[in-house]
Amino acid sequence: MTVKAGAATGGADPAMEGRFKRELVALIPHLRAFARTLTGDQASADDLAQDALMKAWDARASYQMGTNMKAWTFMILRNQFYSEKRRSWRQTQLDQDAAERTLVAVDDPQSPVALDELRLGLGMLPAEQREALILVGAGGFAYEEAAEICGCAVGTVKSRVSRARRALQGILETGAYDRDGRSASDAMNSILAAAEHLGQAR
Amino acid sequence: MMSYNGGGRTLDREDESAEAARRAPRRALDEARLRQQAIGVKLRQMFDRVVNEPVPDEFLDILRRHDENAKGGDDS
Repeated sequence: MTVKAGAATGGADPAMEGRFKRELVALIPHLRAFARTLTGDQASADDLAQDALMKAWDARASYQMGTNMKAWTFMILRNQFYSEKRRSWRQTQLDQDAAERTLVAVDDPQSPVALDELRLGLGMLPAEQREALILVGAGGFAYEEAAEICGCAVGTVKSRVSRARRALQGILETGAYDRDGRSASDAMNSILAAAEHLGQAR
Repeated sequence: MMSYNGGGRTLDREDESAEAARRAPRRALDEARLRQQAIGVKLRQMFDRVVNEPVPDEFLDILRRHDENAKGGDDS
């Protein structure tokens, strides 16, 4: 089933638009999460997610109902992010600053230390490795879907994910992310402690 | 604190050293896998925390506003 071409303005099928809108609204939390991993801070992430939401709404005529809307919207958000980034080099600096601000800003007693270190560690990965790892490792996308979102080959995604995993582990173990004098092995240890039940369950 | 206990099997001495030799690389492999799993769990946790945050009102507002504008024929 497809949305009629040119349905975006004027004579759209209201039932179809309603369905599209409902599905789009349901994806907002995921778009916010993906945006957060790209920008590193909440304010610009929400700006990005809102821009992507608008873009998706405007492009609804080109969306094929029944195909993977999550992947489609993630692709829009990602394109939006990189086109904005090209426009302003300031953003690259922002990435680093934002990562540090996030570390300070998260003052939630429930928040395990390791999450902030993971965030900082992620921030040190090359952008294409980070996004591949996030899409596959956290977003629940198959390699094929991630490849479509990133506009690259499946094999490229696979190798980016595996390089990202190795690099991230290295960063967390050596404490290379460290900026506040915390001991080097803390991050991996707290991550391991949290996952101990995993080893037991196997 | 939980810890891994080697399964609690009883082996005689020869078996034990042979078993240990066989296990060393496997344990390293398990350890690496465990670390990757742990990172994976944390990664999903980090992502899901944002997914589970309440969506700020402005998200629905802009969608509604945009929708009304489009209906008003001002879909630029």
